[in-house]
Amino acid sequence: MKQHSEIGAMLAEHEFLRGMSSKHIALMEEFTSVDTFHPGDYVFRAGEEAEYTYLIRSGRISIEIYDPQRGAVLLETIAAEKVLGWSWLVPPYKWCFDARAVEVTRMLCLNAERLRQAGELDHEFGYEFHKRFTGVFAERLRAARLQLMDMYGPLT
Amino acid sequence: MTLTTLDAPMSPLPYRIRQVTWENRDTFSFALAPAGEGSCERFLPGQFNMLYVYGVGEVPVSISGDPAEGDMIVHTTRYVGNVTKAMSRLRADQMIGVRGPLGNHWPAGEAKGKDLLIVAGGIGLAPLRPLIYEALRRRSDYGKIVLLFGTRSPDDMLFRNELRQWRSRFDMDVQICVDRAHQDWFGHVGVVSSLIPRAGFDPYLTHAFICGPEIMMVNTVEALIKRGVSEEAIFVTMERNMKCGIGLCGHCQLGTAFICKDGPVFRYDEMAPWLTIREM
Repeated sequence: MKQHSEIGAMLAEHEFLRGMSSKHIALMEEFTSVDTFHPGDYVFRAGEEAEYTYLIRSGRISIEIYDPQRGAVLLETIAAEKVLGWSWLVPPYKWCFDARAVEVTRMLCLNAERLRQAGELDHEFGYEFHKRFTGVFAERLRAARLQLMDMYGPLT
Repeated sequence: MTLTTLDAPMSPLPYRIRQVTWENRDTFSFALAPAGEGSCERFLPGQFNMLYVYGVGEVPVSISGDPAEGDMIVHTTRYVGNVTKAMSRLRADQMIGVRGPLGNHWPAGEAKGKDLLIVAGGIGLAPLRPLIYEALRRRSDYGKIVLLFGTRSPDDMLFRNELRQWRSRFDMDVQICVDRAHQDWFGHVGVVSSLIPRAGFDPYLTHAFICGPEIMMVNTVEALIKRGVSEEAIFVTMERNMKCGIGLCGHCQLGTAFICKDGPVFRYDEMAPWLTIREM
């Protein structure tokens, strides 16, 4: 019971969930665990089942793509108070990139299947959760487009 | 008697290249000293010089050195056009013409007692480096000093020695962000504005100084305003097609301002209306 209330407090204070109702926080407590990843540990790899979504409490995770000619290419790093992973939202629920801990990283791990079920059963919860994710999509898409334009490169 | 830029604003003075330093594969710094007697013109952080490659042409180049260093003046540029390409072929002991220092400067005095946030993108670190030297010299004038530097990749980083020194200080926070990297990079990857939400400065008591590609500056300003920094406390440095450097030719006019004479440093709210007009 004590463990649940600690996890509930951690969920409630995470930037991604700030302001969410205590009812919904209590709902997520039921399927949230805490995990620690050490530098070099893979949180997930491309092609694996997307079983969790992660809320970073501390540390940093790099999103990478592996190319046989170039090796692992770092696309983005995600730091504390940010959310990691959305492939669990879209069928076939498989990760598209690798995620690796750059430094010791503590995360809240939310079970993806239970999240999807909770969203189907409680649309208010589902809408609130998706609304927050939409903000993350928009922010990451914008950043990716800016990175794509190679703005520090020479003008051609 | 030595002529200065004030006496003959369109006449370059002869300077000798003392040292050429390649910062990365396409960016280099020149340390220059007057060819004759006398010392270098004093400059303020943010100012620039027109550098003249004899027989080729003249371009504006940021002064990137330490303002307190009187016997040499350092400039940093990237070879992108005919003049800078010719410049990149010059070697130590060769001559180059200098007009300046020109333009206004970073209003660091206004930031006294406040946190100093410096956001640089790519070669935009060059005109900010003198400000950093000066701010560290007057360290007790400021609260926190935070440098956020965005660049293309770890190989494209400028001023590695200084970045290493600044990062090792206990009174300055330096964060570097690259667009792409390999696994041997332990810093941030992403856009430099993504560092702003968690950077250690007080948004209500901060002066922000930004230099980089215009799109990076706009994106950074947006993140700063979202964090709570007021538009009046944000300063950017603008780049346009500068030719004469003294507000006569009009090539660099943006709205009601001549970038070379009224700038290149502007308070963001004064420049913001013009940035969204594509024809400008």
